[in-house]
Amino acid sequence: MSILINKGTRVICQGITGKAGEFHSKNCIEYGTQLVAGVTPGKGGQTVLDRPVYDTVAESVEKEGADATMIFVPPPFTADAILEAADAGIKVIIAITEGVPVLDMARVYKVLENEYPDAVLVGPNCPGVITPGECKMGIMPGYIHTPGPVGVMSRSGTLTYEAVWQLTNLKLGQSTCVGLGGDPIVGTSFIDLLKMYEADGKTEAIMMMGEIGGTAEEEAAAYVKEHVTKPVAAFIAGRTAPPGKRMGHAGAIISGGKGTAEDKIAALTDAGIEVAESPADMGTALKRAMERK
Amino acid sequence: MNIHEFQAKKLFRDAGIAVPRGIVVETPEEAASAFKELGGPLAVVKAQIHAGGRGKGTIKSNPSQHGVELVKSAEAAEKAAAAMLGEPLVTIQTGPEGQTVRRVYVEEGCDIARELYLGIVVDRASASPVLMVSTEGGMDIEEVAEKTPELIFKAPFDADRGLMPYQSRVLAQKLGLTGASVRSADKMFRAICKLFVKLDCSLAEVNPLVVTGSGDLMALDGKINFDDNAIFRHPDIAELRDTSEENPNELRAGKAGLSYVQLEGNIGCLVNGAGLAMSTMDLIKLHGGQPSNFLDVGGGAKTEQVTEAFRILLGDPNVKAVLVNIFGGIMQCTTIASAVLEAYKTVGFNVPLVVRLEGTEVEEGRKMLAESDVDIITAEGLTDAAKKVVAAAGAA
Repeated sequence: MSILINKGTRVICQGITGKAGEFHSKNCIEYGTQLVAGVTPGKGGQTVLDRPVYDTVAESVEKEGADATMIFVPPPFTADAILEAADAGIKVIIAITEGVPVLDMARVYKVLENEYPDAVLVGPNCPGVITPGECKMGIMPGYIHTPGPVGVMSRSGTLTYEAVWQLTNLKLGQSTCVGLGGDPIVGTSFIDLLKMYEADGKTEAIMMMGEIGGTAEEEAAAYVKEHVTKPVAAFIAGRTAPPGKRMGHAGAIISGGKGTAEDKIAALTDAGIEVAESPADMGTALKRAMERK
Repeated sequence: MNIHEFQAKKLFRDAGIAVPRGIVVETPEEAASAFKELGGPLAVVKAQIHAGGRGKGTIKSNPSQHGVELVKSAEAAEKAAAAMLGEPLVTIQTGPEGQTVRRVYVEEGCDIARELYLGIVVDRASASPVLMVSTEGGMDIEEVAEKTPELIFKAPFDADRGLMPYQSRVLAQKLGLTGASVRSADKMFRAICKLFVKLDCSLAEVNPLVVTGSGDLMALDGKINFDDNAIFRHPDIAELRDTSEENPNELRAGKAGLSYVQLEGNIGCLVNGAGLAMSTMDLIKLHGGQPSNFLDVGGGAKTEQVTEAFRILLGDPNVKAVLVNIFGGIMQCTTIASAVLEAYKTVGFNVPLVVRLEGTEVEEGRKMLAESDVDIITAEGLTDAAKKVVAAAGAA
């Protein structure tokens, strides 16, 4: 068991003919992902990495039985790519693209919510999803992961790699790792994933990496307090970030006194979550959380 | 992206939102003629810088002079403009150095019956834009949100449908508006929500929003921020950018496709990924050091971009040591190693350099650095890296 994706997942890449799309598709195939096709409008009939390229997502679903997609198309076309995938019946949509206009995402979010409630969107501006040893959909380095009991979720890419690497070195493998994305509006939230991890038989503990900005971590903490029985550890990035400055991610900004690391850490601690003081301590915090329960 | 008040007001006026008449000027003489041209008994001279808090802010060399002044004659307008132009204005948002005033806006006075607040942001929780209004105009809205949140009224609206008239009416009622003011509010609220969506704003704020003696609503101030990710759709808005208002290092980094924020410490950080970059700052502080910047070189950066990042860091006289912390994903460690070697050749390292590499192509990257003649302090893991760079900065 795992969440979202596994060895049976039939994956396409939207934007496979682009440089990043092709590079990461290659890495995913080498990792063992069943990447069945690529989609690029106007490039149907070509072959990339020995996989057929189709003009539309619907074609890839019909001919290859695709059920998950990773999106590498440029920002102006990402909203369209997401909705095309949802409309073609794809259930797991992972948008890697960085730089999507926030109002595009506000529109996409509403359409998915109302018209395609079964589709799960992860991202945009995210590293993707990996179920170690089974399926990698995204840009994370595969070798740092190892199969095991820890569900990992994060708003940041490289910070996730850092946490995963620490877990792997502590002999704590991962069930599924999900990068939510660093934008103000993203498809899947911490709470959505907490529900999935709680229900997943293979996941025994949950590691969560948050950052300044918004209130997603506070909401997750409240949810954990009420509904999650599995041990949870967390780290919040940005304790030293000055207010009013956007720290790289469009969503990482302390505004109106809201979204500070202190508030988030207080809420997490109050919910019984083991909070790592230092980013070097994320793996050991998870270990402490598991031992405590 | 931010713009000036006078630019925001022009966009408001073009969208049918009532604003006072005003003229932007660059010299004291022009301020005097602007006063005469406006023709009223009084006017307001307002310093145009991107930071907020101008009214309470003071001119650095002359603390009795504020950034906003009410004047009653052309001579007084000229004098106020002369006191502001070319001088750094220090506000709660500028930092102690202040921001140099290059233009002032001379605006006609208006008959104020009430001061309200209006703001629009994209709300993360409801994943939609939301209009907020408050009876507490002219105040620091963050303070209002903290102390009397019940005085802020909100209406989320769909980006394509826009704000509905009934939503305006409900908000107007909560603000205690009656009669013609309700109609004036409806017109303004819907127009500004439409503008917000049309121009892909990330923030639109009017504080104060005033009700005039005759019951009309008017935007007495105007602040607009735009979504950087959507500027490609608005070339006319991109032209409003005033780069003289931006930090030179941040500007330079932006041109190279890097994400950089200037801080006050002495340890330069070069990291890939925003989350890891923030964590690296936190880690340095945890071990007793002070980061001089946030710098995310991103995932797809090329050697040339990373070399430019080194140039920015090494060109900052406050930087006493540099920490390179890379966990390669899209970014390959070999790219970073090449950039270190390139920077060493073309820029030279005048301060100690601590390097911690992990991830994609880490062995090759480490080997490139080990085989070079560049003087590098290598670190194993995060804590080791932080301790070494803090020690190096302290010893410098």
